[in-house]
Formats: sequence, structure tokens, C-alpha cells
Amino acid sequence: MSELNTQLSDAEKINLAGTKAKGQRPYFLADKQTEQALSVAMTLAMELSVTKERLASLECLLVDKGLIAKGELDHYQPSKEEVAKRSVDTQAYLARVLRIMQQDKEELEANDPDMQSVQDELTKSEY
Amino acid sequence: MSNSSALPSWDVLTKHNVFPVANHDEVARLNFLTHLNVHLSSQILPGVKTAYETQVKPEIVAETGEEPSSRHQVRQHMLNNGYFQMWSALRRNTMEMRHQAARAQVLGQIENIVDKVDKACHNDANLQLDDNVVVPPNVAMVDIHCQPGCYYQEYFENDVTVAASYDLGLFVTTAGLLGALSDGGGQGIANWLKTQHPDFKPKRILDIGCTVGHNALPLAEHFPDAQVIAVDVARPSLRYAHARAKSLGLNNIQFVQANAEDLSQYADGSFDLITTSMFLHELSHQAMPKILKNINRLLADGGLNLHLEQPQYAGMDVYQQFIRDWDTYFNNEPYWGPMHELDLKQVFADCGFDPQDMFDVGVVSKVDEKIFGKPKSEGEDYGRSPVWNALGLWKGKNAKISEKVA
Repeated sequence: MSELNTQLSDAEKINLAGTKAKGQRPYFLADKQTEQALSVAMTLAMELSVTKERLASLECLLVDKGLIAKGELDHYQPSKEEVAKRSVDTQAYLARVLRIMQQDKEELEANDPDMQSVQDELTKSEY
Repeated sequence: MSNSSALPSWDVLTKHNVFPVANHDEVARLNFLTHLNVHLSSQILPGVKTAYETQVKPEIVAETGEEPSSRHQVRQHMLNNGYFQMWSALRRNTMEMRHQAARAQVLGQIENIVDKVDKACHNDANLQLDDNVVVPPNVAMVDIHCQPGCYYQEYFENDVTVAASYDLGLFVTTAGLLGALSDGGGQGIANWLKTQHPDFKPKRILDIGCTVGHNALPLAEHFPDAQVIAVDVARPSLRYAHARAKSLGLNNIQFVQANAEDLSQYADGSFDLITTSMFLHELSHQAMPKILKNINRLLADGGLNLHLEQPQYAGMDVYQQFIRDWDTYFNNEPYWGPMHELDLKQVFADCGFDPQDMFDVGVVSKVDEKIFGKPKSEGEDYGRSPVWNALGLWKGKNAKISEKVA
């Protein structure tokens, strides 16, 4: 940082980076929230792409420094234990990503009460 | 994947002294967005036309018994088409992502950039600011092309965030086809003059609506003996433009804060070349005639006036008009459509120009093909492609010459 004082805090900079352009924002999909979810997904797609590039750069650096050979990563054979660990990791990862579907399924099976009926139950006597 | 389909990296852009630096992930982010834009225009946009031909057009014909007759009718129907909705949602969102990525990158180093700009601007006669200049409604009413803060907003004293993020983000939307300094338009004009009018040696050049100066600089470079005056209403853009020009070694260009509706400080006939680049579509019916009358007054006899723009709608089929009109409604370019349906030659004639002096010529972006490859003809991103239709006139020359593309 130079001595210049912009008088903008980190939080203000983060907020300014994402600020809205003046002028009403058009929504194209039938449901506004669906379009907002699309926007979130596209940003995540970008960040995944950035991460893939970072890994590719890291691989190049490791090759340049002689720590691994070119193509070694592509031909890397994990050990039996490592394969097993990764399988569990992948299962956990998918479960995290698709948690909402797991919970929806559980709810279909559970016959959960809604909050209002629980509240009614909890307050049915005079206090 | 063959080399021919690979896009240039954002990192090939020329890093002038006030250009925002980028770390690894910032470059990757801008490159992703560039690829996303190209994917949307080359892979997804053709489906919009298919949806029109196979679904929407037959609907309109069935409903009205007639072929679609206007771009507005097409738009109203297309807004209910799922494929168009998804492409539009993605295109709008990609523009917003570009601005956020660029602004986050700039704001992360804004102190350093402002420090350099301040030093370059200190007591330099090549920068003339005027606090009395008011941002006109055609610039102020919405943030043009969804750029938050437009060209003029300052978030603190002497801030240049909007200018620096515009400079670095142009690459993303045009996929690098504007070249290493995003100056393909200005290079196109310079190249056209060099090849088609080698004897034309303007002494004074005026560029109107210069923003960060990217299209004015090639003229200053091509005519080193000329004095270039570049005007704009936007203070941060002019300060950044001046520092940018200076760092690129160009001293024969003065950046002046002025509204082109009032250029009374300049004498009649005091410029031999007056240019605008992608400027007319950001005006209004009120501003355009005032500016054109000023140009007519300021242009010397025998002088050249040239306006780079995307082609006018006249003569295009309604689908083509509709798709080119997308930015009008969905990318904060409200005057794009109204400008593109004008009979510009009539407008110019109404402002005092002689229709006999006018001509149209194609101008293509001139970039370093070693870095950027040859301009591709397929997958045009309508309204954003680096191929322009220039309306020009040689004042008092009754030109009638058939001008050729450089």
C-alpha cells in the first residue's frame, strides 16, 4: 500500500467491486430466483476454472524446478490406501454438493411437523 | 485443440505505466470470462437464431398471418422463448462478472494507480480539467454498458477506478480483437488513412468522447507533427487517459474536460480531422445535432470527419436488427437502437453538412496478428465485433469518391 489514503476500507472495496450499475436490471428467466442461482453457478464455474489453472501452474513450477517430471502427474498411480481414501472423500464431496436432495428425501420419508403446528403444541396451555 | 482456435491471454496486453497489474488468479479470471463470451457468441447465440426460425417466427406468423415486421415485435415474442431467456441471462451475467472482476482487481491496487496518475497529471498543460462541466443526461441516466460508475464516478478524491477497470476489461468483451492497447478502432482509422489517403497530413485533430484515449492515441502516433485534442466529460477517464498517453510516450495529445455540445473555446475551422469512435450511440436526439453542428463549425474546409460505429439497421432483416438491439434494452445502451435506426446522412445534412461530401467505409480493427491471430469472421458477437461502418465526410470536397476498406 502506498501512503495515499483512499479512505476506503477493505469491506467498502469488496462492496464497490460488486456494486450495481445504475439502471433497472432485466431478468430473463420465468423465475427471478432461478436466474440468481444461475448467476451464482456461473461465478462458481469461473472460480473452478481459476483453480484448475492454478493447479496447472503449480504443476509447471514443480516440473521447472525438477521436483516432478512432465506428465508424471497424469500418470500418477495412487496407492491402494490412497484410492480408498479418495473414494470416501469423493462420496463426502458429492454428499455436500447434493445435500439439499438428501434432506428433501429425508423429509419425504419423515413426515416432519411444520413450525406453526409445533408452536401451537408448545403453547397450547396458558402461560 | 489446434493453435488456430486458441484465444490470446489477457496477459498479452501492453502494460503501460498506469495499467492495473494482475496476479495469477486475476489473469485466469479474465481469461475465463473472455472464453465465456466467445462461447456464448459462437456456440450458444446461433441457437437463438434457430429458436427464432423454428419456434418464434412460426408463432408470430400463426398469430398475425404475417412475417414479423419489426425488431420490437420480435423482441416481445423472443422474451418468452426459453433458449433466448437463458442466453440473455448468461450474457447479462457475464457482463456483470466482467465488471466485478475488473473492479476488484483495480480496487486492490487503486492507491498505487492513483499515485502514478497524480504524478503524471501534476502541473501538466496536456491535461485541462474543468469543474464546471456537467455530466449530460445521456451519460448520467444509466451506467452505460452496465459499467458501475459509468466513465465519470469518483469514489474518493482523484479516484480513477472506473477508467482503469474499463481499460483492463475491454479485452474481455471483445476477446482481444481490439489489440494490445484495446485501440483497434483508432489503429483502424490510422491504417485506413495511411493506405488510402497517404497525402492527408492534418495539423490539428479533435477526438470527441475519448474516454481513456485508446482510439485517439493511434492518431497522435501516426501524425507526430499534429496536435491532438481529446475531449470527454468524464474527469477520472481524462486523468487516467493522460497518464496512460504519457507513459506510452505520446506528448502531442491534450486531454480536455468538455461537453462536445459546447466547444466554444475552439475557433471555427480549427481542426483538419475530427473523429469519434463508438460514440454516437451514447448520445441522445437532443445532444447529437448540437454536437454535429459544432463539428461542422470546427472542421476546416477540406477537412475530414469520421465516425466509427456499428452498421445502421436500415436494410437489415428484422432478426438481425433485433439481435443487434439486445444491448439497447439489456446492457444499458438505451440510445443504441434509436441511433442505429436514424438516417444519419439526413441528420448530418440537417446539421449543415453537404450530403455530397459524405461517404461510408468499412474499417476493421488493426491488431498484431502475431499475438492476436487473424480476425475471425464466424461467431460474430453482434454489436461488439471489431468491424465498423464509418460514416465520413470530406468537408466541401463533394467527395463522391468511392472509399475503400484498408
